[in-house]
Amino acid sequence: MTVRQFKVWRGDSAGGQLVNYDVDVNEGEVVLDVIHRLQATQEPDLACRWNCKAGKCGSCSMEIDGMPRLACMTRMSTFEENASVTITPLRTFPVIRDLVTDVTFNYVKARETPAFAPPKDVAPGDYRMQQVDVDRSQEFRKCIECFLCQNTCHVVRDHEENKTAFSGPRFFIRAAELDMHPLDARSDRKEYAQKEQGLGYCNITKCCTEVCPEHIKITDNAIIPMKERVVDRRYDPLVRLGRKILRRDQLEQEAVAVTTLHQAHPTPQPDGAAPINWHRELAPPMGADVDDKGHLPLNELLSDRVGANSPFGDDVEFPVDPTKLNYYHPEQKH
Amino acid sequence: MVENIEKHQYDVVVIGAGGAGLRAAIEARLAGKKTAIISKSLFGKAHTVMAEGGAAAAMGNVNSNDNWMVHFRDTMRGGKFLNNFRMAELHAKEAPDRIWELETYGALFDRTKDGKISQRNFGGHEYPRLAHVGDRTGLELIRTLQQKIVSLQQEDKKEFGDYEARIRVFAETTITELLLDDSDGTARVAGAFGYYRETGGFVLFEAPAIVLATGGVGKSYKVTSNSWEYTGDGHALALRTGATLINMEFLQFHPTGMVWPPSVKGILVTESVRGDGGILKNSDGKRFMFDYVPDVFRKQYAETPEEADRWYTDPDNNRRPPELLPRDEVARAINSEVKAGRGTKAGGVYLDIASRLPAASILKKLPSMYHQFKELADVDITKEPMEVGPTCHYVMGGVEVDPDTQATRVAGLYAAGEVSGGMHGSNRLGGNSLSDLLVFGKRAGEFAAAYEGELTKRPAVKTADLEAAVETALAPLQRAGGENPYTLHHELQQVMGDLVGIIRRQGELQESLGRLAELRERVSKVGATGGRKYNPGWHLALDLRNMLLVSECTAKAALEREESRGGHTREDFPKMDPKWRQVNLVCSASPAGEVDLVHQPVPTMRPELLDLFEKSELAKYMTEEELA
Repeated sequence: MTVRQFKVWRGDSAGGQLVNYDVDVNEGEVVLDVIHRLQATQEPDLACRWNCKAGKCGSCSMEIDGMPRLACMTRMSTFEENASVTITPLRTFPVIRDLVTDVTFNYVKARETPAFAPPKDVAPGDYRMQQVDVDRSQEFRKCIECFLCQNTCHVVRDHEENKTAFSGPRFFIRAAELDMHPLDARSDRKEYAQKEQGLGYCNITKCCTEVCPEHIKITDNAIIPMKERVVDRRYDPLVRLGRKILRRDQLEQEAVAVTTLHQAHPTPQPDGAAPINWHRELAPPMGADVDDKGHLPLNELLSDRVGANSPFGDDVEFPVDPTKLNYYHPEQKH
Repeated sequence: MVENIEKHQYDVVVIGAGGAGLRAAIEARLAGKKTAIISKSLFGKAHTVMAEGGAAAAMGNVNSNDNWMVHFRDTMRGGKFLNNFRMAELHAKEAPDRIWELETYGALFDRTKDGKISQRNFGGHEYPRLAHVGDRTGLELIRTLQQKIVSLQQEDKKEFGDYEARIRVFAETTITELLLDDSDGTARVAGAFGYYRETGGFVLFEAPAIVLATGGVGKSYKVTSNSWEYTGDGHALALRTGATLINMEFLQFHPTGMVWPPSVKGILVTESVRGDGGILKNSDGKRFMFDYVPDVFRKQYAETPEEADRWYTDPDNNRRPPELLPRDEVARAINSEVKAGRGTKAGGVYLDIASRLPAASILKKLPSMYHQFKELADVDITKEPMEVGPTCHYVMGGVEVDPDTQATRVAGLYAAGEVSGGMHGSNRLGGNSLSDLLVFGKRAGEFAAAYEGELTKRPAVKTADLEAAVETALAPLQRAGGENPYTLHHELQQVMGDLVGIIRRQGELQESLGRLAELRERVSKVGATGGRKYNPGWHLALDLRNMLLVSECTAKAALEREESRGGHTREDFPKMDPKWRQVNLVCSASPAGEVDLVHQPVPTMRPELLDLFEKSELAKYMTEEELA
């Protein structure tokens, strides 16, 4: 057992300050254990939310040494032996008291996000979905609503004025989850996210993904797909029919069968339009300008450009070299 | 009246926002009632999120031999025939519909190859029966119900222009007292009094029908998987209004909670680790469960490791591994190994999945478990065995209810989920709690709404009762120099853990009653420093009296029941006694707070249900007169 120094923010909406405490810490403990000891031995009225103490409920969100984290998931052994640990409440939400903040914002946004729309013609018990098709939505349903992503998102962090128009990463993944739900009857999830949830404010700095204790790939798997223009195959009536009568693996087999017909020759198009070469070698996907940890710069000061990073990758220059495109120009001589 | 109390009027008030509470509220709102949900925590944070394994429902998606009768049989066997048979029957019959309904709310369960809801094996269930989502089924359940409530609110917004027109969630609000109206000779529920955690302000809900869905009592124990909310509030509220508790001696100690390292102490390792091939070993490296198969289960369980190992791939032609015995048997076996000196340093045994499955399939099957232990304790379950031991997990006992309507003995008061008793008998099967809270949550909401509909006159809250409730709630804050609530809580946990724990003895139980009486004296003098605004010390001070009252019930009932059955093990009475199977122990509280205990016969099973069992099996549980 060692004695460690903690600086804990005490106060309420009227103001407060960091207070120093010396607390006993045992081997194998997490920050929440230490806060409990503080309550039991020194400050019985120290306010702190917590429930499961197992990283499953998402209640004990706070900022530990400035990093948004769950106190129950932050091992004491991750700090330097002699360093003091600073604990402050989430900054994006109004403080109620000590480490407890008013997270109503999130519940308001949850209520504004249209709920799951059950398919009209399917009775309970008759829902049939393939595991591959539910995998994507299931990733987002891992969310424990700790709101660390909401707290860290710089669109609303220190920008109270953006809160009305912006729902935040938690609700982008909710929209994405429903968009990717195989049986959701609504088809306007993307437009909704873009028009009503303020998805356009997001400039993909990936801070939300970085703080997610469930390791949900919020940016890559939800936000970027939702930012795509609304040209999804669910709008193609033929594909939609296919989705209804075929399983995904059958669909994919079929897709392969169609393309092998063309071999590597350009496919002639009717009415003298340019033939299309479906088998032209595609340019490899180009990566974004990331640091050695694989992240985009967290704020504008560290970035080498003004404004948002490009969703196509920052090293893509427009216009793109036409010979690299999957497109056969009518004047191109073969 | 010293201060202005905020007042709300509702048709149905649901106390508790876990699975049972939310399901009850949905049902009451669908019946057209103005409904309030009161949550001690934020909306969506309930203890239900901790449930990992799944929800048991005989849908027959994986093995088509499964049906409600098999599920009923398993439940009764698991509960050692002390279950309220009618509840077990309703549960087995209605669980599939409740699960399918969740899909219409947006739930995404794991799927079988043909696109149905996948079902997994679990201890005590004859067929793969647990609908699941990886190992986070509880989270899926709570989120689905939460989102269904939001969708109902969106409908109301369209219709009335207000999200909260017919269903409202009061988050971070604690109820400290239920108020009655007995003006017409019958005691009827009239309202619930409590405080907002955030402001410390008091609030009164005037409502003729109240559903208790407050969960369990685990916070009275030192090693527990339960969160701080599990302070037996609903049990205590029911007792104080004149309702009764049954089976309070039966507490489930989950066999495999982590015992080391301390940051994860008490955290459960889901039974599916064993269902998927995990085995238990003592410190000598011996797979010891084969030595602990009780006679009643001998026929269903493998006798050699070879047969047990074949079962995972060929369950039709082999018997189950003994690691999948019901929870109480596994907990007792681990306890015996540790007591015999074959445990680990931290007082547990090893649960080994690392050497049984390739790392990739462990990751696929138990993702959140892997991630939890990796992050919380830097333990890699794909490389090393876990150190596990019994952890206080679930209380089978609870508020005595009518099996069909979930009504308690007090008019207008209903109970569902873990806070109610009877369904699980002396021991709950894994997976039966998630389906329990759906089935009986729905029923409680339905019948609470129906009761409200039939009332001709709204019961009224008496001012004197309200004033008394305010005074009780404020008392700890006004008691300068009162005892520290954290110290008292710690001592209570110590008493319950040491003297009313997994293995019980007469002398210790008697001692516990003396210690609890002393604690009661001290709890009446507990003090809280600071103000009313979000003050956890004050909140704990108020919770303590609930924990204490419920602990007394458990200790008294445990002393009374002189046999070992399910979640109640007496070292001095190690055998199950058919005479005791006929007895339910029922606790009530006097106005002064004294616990009174009486014997009550267990309801007799209908003949057609009895016929589902072989005579030879019944002989293990029943007296000769019953069998004749």
